[in-house]
Amino acid sequence: MKKLAQTIAAAVAIACVPAAADETNIRMADGPELTTLVANCSGCHSLDYVQMNSRWVKRAGWEAEVKKMVTVMGAPVSPEDQAKLVEYLTREYGVPD
Amino acid sequence: MDRRSFVRGVAGGVALAGGQLLLPRALLGAGLPSGALESEELFALPGKQPLIKRSFRPPNFETPVAQFGDVLTPNDRFFVRWHLASIPEIDPRAWRLSVGGDAASAPLDLSLEQLQREFEQVEVVAVCQCSGNRRGFSDPHVFGVQWAYGAMGNARWKGVRLKDVLAKAGLAKDAVEIAFNGADSGALEATPDFVKSIPVWKALDENTLIAWEMNGEPLPHWNGAPARIVVPGWTATYWMKQVVSIQALKQPLANFWMAKAYRIPKGKFATVDRFTTQETAENTPITEIVVNSLITNVTDGQKVKAGAPLVVKGMAWDAGYGIRGVEVTVDGGRTWQAAELGPDGGRYSFRPWQFVIKPSRGRYTVSARASNGLGATQVDQLIFNPAGYNNNVVQRLGVEAV
Repeated sequence: MKKLAQTIAAAVAIACVPAAADETNIRMADGPELTTLVANCSGCHSLDYVQMNSRWVKRAGWEAEVKKMVTVMGAPVSPEDQAKLVEYLTREYGVPD
Repeated sequence: MDRRSFVRGVAGGVALAGGQLLLPRALLGAGLPSGALESEELFALPGKQPLIKRSFRPPNFETPVAQFGDVLTPNDRFFVRWHLASIPEIDPRAWRLSVGGDAASAPLDLSLEQLQREFEQVEVVAVCQCSGNRRGFSDPHVFGVQWAYGAMGNARWKGVRLKDVLAKAGLAKDAVEIAFNGADSGALEATPDFVKSIPVWKALDENTLIAWEMNGEPLPHWNGAPARIVVPGWTATYWMKQVVSIQALKQPLANFWMAKAYRIPKGKFATVDRFTTQETAENTPITEIVVNSLITNVTDGQKVKAGAPLVVKGMAWDAGYGIRGVEVTVDGGRTWQAAELGPDGGRYSFRPWQFVIKPSRGRYTVSARASNGLGATQVDQLIFNPAGYNNNVVQRLGVEAV
């Protein structure tokens, strides 16, 4: 997971966020979509937002949350990546329907 | 409290919430989500004591319950809550406050020194409580920062009356709302800036302040230095931190943070203060803090000595109607007795209370229930709402005397 920590650290550095605390210790569940999560989400917020909002969310809930990040918060996430994020979040941080 | 005992205390809560004990879950309420328990840790932001980390960026940290033993919450223990991750360090000498808007005929551009010199300085002791405090106990769980009990604090705020500043800015008679913007921003240009408004009548309340001091010291960076808005009686969403702009408006503010966020369903809560310019057919902005209490020196699952006096202590607070009484039960609600109220620190302040029991061997369920000057009291069952606001469910703490 060292690589992930470095990626997050890089994302934080790029965002020039002075408030960044020790979030490099955050360990997210592994999966083929993990790099998509880091690339699309961690520029604006630490990934513990995902962790603390688990586990009770069904697929529709994660779909709505990803959509909110795009349509309300302005995250530029491609439709393909949105689908990957929903897949990852539902599988690793959600509950079955 | 060290990290280890903290983890132990939390683990006890999980076991209860998981329904592994004999008490039905409905009587216990939901515990925090498992993921919130797994990702929390005690962490000290610069200038702060260790607080319970909910998220690092934007920073959301809550005060451990055991730290609410004093009426005034120490600045370095005060909770931290931000929506957007870019939070600049502001030099107080360089800070400027712009006061204007289409309902202000004489716009101002004030330095901190001008603010302090040109207006009467006043103080108020008031509870600052996040709208979503205790959201993590919502059943079913809802999205958001999964706060337990500590997204609140009580402080002595020093500043100037907002009404005085608005008067100098030539507030028009047809102003409907006063909007606040802070210096914070999102990482993306497209993210809605956090701008909030309050009704003009609340802005003109003599207790609504522009404050630069907290408990006799400059505001901590994390709590909104150099100056923030203080709206006693109302939840913290309106207490704009790092305020840099105040706008008097002739039309209601229409942005995501007003129109979509921080709303409660109509008709579910007996709230007195209404925010009519923002109401829709279905919902309305959250306004007042609901009457509430917290047991501060007993933890769920605690073992105490049988036959020895146990002083149960806590705080009670509301939106400013005044705490009329706090009742305590140790038998799960069959019988209630009045707790002893501590000094009245002002209508917006925490009110301390205590209740002495001398338990013989056995198991007890300890609860406290505060009532205010309106006769409003805490609820036994959660009034569910989609954003998890206004949670004043009576706590139920299991205590075993051995």
